[in-house]
Amino acid sequence: MTTLVRLRPTTPPRRPGRIAILGAPNSGKTTLFNALTGHRAKAGNYPGVTVDRREGDLQRRFGADDVRLVDLPGVYSLEPQSEDETVAVRVLEGGFGEAPPDGVVVVVDATTIERGLPLLAEAAGLGLPVCVALTMIDELKARHGQIDTEELQQELGVPVVGVVGNRGLGIDDLGALVSSPWDWTPGPGLLHGAEARTPEDRFGWARDVLGACRRQAPEPNRWTRRLDRFLLHPAIGSAVFLAFVAFFFQAIFTWATPAMDFLSGLMDGLADQILATLPDTAFTRLLADGVIRGVGAVIVFLPQIVLLFTVILFLEACGYMARAAFVVDRVMGWVGLEGRCFIALLSSYACAVPGIMATRTIPSPRDRLTTILVAPFATCSARLPVYILLIAAFIPADPVLGPFTWQGLTLTGLYFLGTGAALLSAAVFKRGLLRGATLPFYLELPPYRLPRPSDIALGVWDRAKLFLRRAGTIILAASVVLWFLLNLPRRPADPQLSVTENQRAVLEGSYAASAGRLLEPVFAPMDFDWRINVGLVASQAAREVMVATLAQIYAHEGEDGEGLGVLLAGSGEGGAPPLLSRASALALLVYFAFAMQCMSTLAVIRRETGGWRWPVFTFAYMNGLAWLSAWLTFVLASAAGA
Amino acid sequence: MDRTLADVADASDGRLLEIAGVTGTGADSRRLREIGFCAGAPVRFIRRAPLGDPAMYELRGALLSLRRSEAKRIRVHRAGA
Repeated sequence: MTTLVRLRPTTPPRRPGRIAILGAPNSGKTTLFNALTGHRAKAGNYPGVTVDRREGDLQRRFGADDVRLVDLPGVYSLEPQSEDETVAVRVLEGGFGEAPPDGVVVVVDATTIERGLPLLAEAAGLGLPVCVALTMIDELKARHGQIDTEELQQELGVPVVGVVGNRGLGIDDLGALVSSPWDWTPGPGLLHGAEARTPEDRFGWARDVLGACRRQAPEPNRWTRRLDRFLLHPAIGSAVFLAFVAFFFQAIFTWATPAMDFLSGLMDGLADQILATLPDTAFTRLLADGVIRGVGAVIVFLPQIVLLFTVILFLEACGYMARAAFVVDRVMGWVGLEGRCFIALLSSYACAVPGIMATRTIPSPRDRLTTILVAPFATCSARLPVYILLIAAFIPADPVLGPFTWQGLTLTGLYFLGTGAALLSAAVFKRGLLRGATLPFYLELPPYRLPRPSDIALGVWDRAKLFLRRAGTIILAASVVLWFLLNLPRRPADPQLSVTENQRAVLEGSYAASAGRLLEPVFAPMDFDWRINVGLVASQAAREVMVATLAQIYAHEGEDGEGLGVLLAGSGEGGAPPLLSRASALALLVYFAFAMQCMSTLAVIRRETGGWRWPVFTFAYMNGLAWLSAWLTFVLASAAGA
Repeated sequence: MDRTLADVADASDGRLLEIAGVTGTGADSRRLREIGFCAGAPVRFIRRAPLGDPAMYELRGALLSLRRSEAKRIRVHRAGA
């Protein structure tokens, strides 16, 4: 241990201590935060603004009792431009009715250390105790670079710890360090940097500091250069991207189906078991049909959700997502948006709610609003169950080329449709309603990294839990309400008729059927009958409820083991006619691609825009567009003889 | 060849360039300086995006993408010339 220059002897203040973690985007900040807190972040919001607040307690094993860590949004400097940057600065200055943190861990990527030190100088300039966590030291070594942390520590006067966040190296040292921020006293080197007023001065200072240490800058990342030459090649790169996308959607059909069939059989078996063993009461039927079959119809899509997020998280972690943003930035420029908007749109493919929250990094209010208004067009994971059910039922699995079938291509097409709608609407908004200059945008392209499988697995697990929680709350509630609406009013069973026929009679006379018939004038042009209309109304709560609705309506139809898709297409043994013609099914798919059917999204738009005006607007224009496009699809498909 | 290039947007090969300064005084140019495009720093053009814009530059060990409109603000000349 080197001797630290202690300018003023300090005593530990009252506990608990609060330590902020500050760093540039991509510096490895969040990985460190997770390692120090043991993945126990408490999420929340800062009062008055909508930026996420991530806090967590330092794990006890580091030896300190009550240390709370605050993960700040990634920033390049303490001169804020966007809302989340403003939050980072306000927390450091002691905003939001809280005292300033007791110390700041400045996270610096060791491979680009020269770019990270200026932020350290700025943080020290606020007069807070600071220390440095140097991340990615393994990568620095692999690229034949070198930095002596002891020397750097000597030069700065504050502790410097080298860490490899995702492998836990150096985490113990850092954990022990953050328990005692009152020992972090800047030496003359850092104090000099803290006085710098311009970016030029701070970068100059960083150069001087590094010049005084034995430091070897890393060589360019050869693998990254080679891969970029290939993946960013105008022709090869585009071909690789398209082939990958098509392959992925095909995999959703071919690979995930066995797992899905298994889950589906499990749910059906469970429902049948309940009906067979419990006394035949309304409650039993609610449990079997409303809860198990209704919610189960959604849960069976878990394999697809897992596959989707595995791919999304892998692409994000390996550095390809940033390249995708680089490639399509030209298109975004034409639309009138900057690259950060594209990143927010990309996250909307998982779910529009985090996507809309990601718009907080966008400095221009108009660009931000435009992105919020079009993000729900991105094909979110809630659409996937509906798409898969309808495509499997109504689109033939005939091969087109190699491993690709019409089903896979239809799914790919629907994703492109959503993307196209988002970009075109954004272009319209930016040229009319929300015209404004485009702000500068720079995008950092991290080196390609092979993500650790356990990191991906952890992320996928989080998303799977979220999906199951959604099924257990909003979808369960909607499914139970639907069960009542589909089974009331009660009518005496006609002994002349079979169980199935009696059930059909109840359905036909139910409140839900009346409501669905009331809507027939609206959806008759697409040839949707009351059952689809009920599903469309119910899926206003969440898109997956469409699947739950159809599962309930068809609960007693068909033979054992016939999937819902078979029943919908009318291709089973039971003799029920198809629910939809192929033209209507295509219209329904297009409707789902464009329609705004998600309570959570409307709620988050209201929160982010501070009023009802924009959620109402989004609801109206998206559903209007959905209706028109569905009708057009129906007319064209009918004319083409589908 | 004259030692001054107009701006980094004109660069089209991998030669090392030295930043002479960023034009403009607003928040936009300040941000460019904050991310490291300061006078004296070496910068290198790496490649253009497949659609011609933006372009990727190497700056202080990192890869950064800039649109043409931003790259035009960054004045450069050939390093060591």
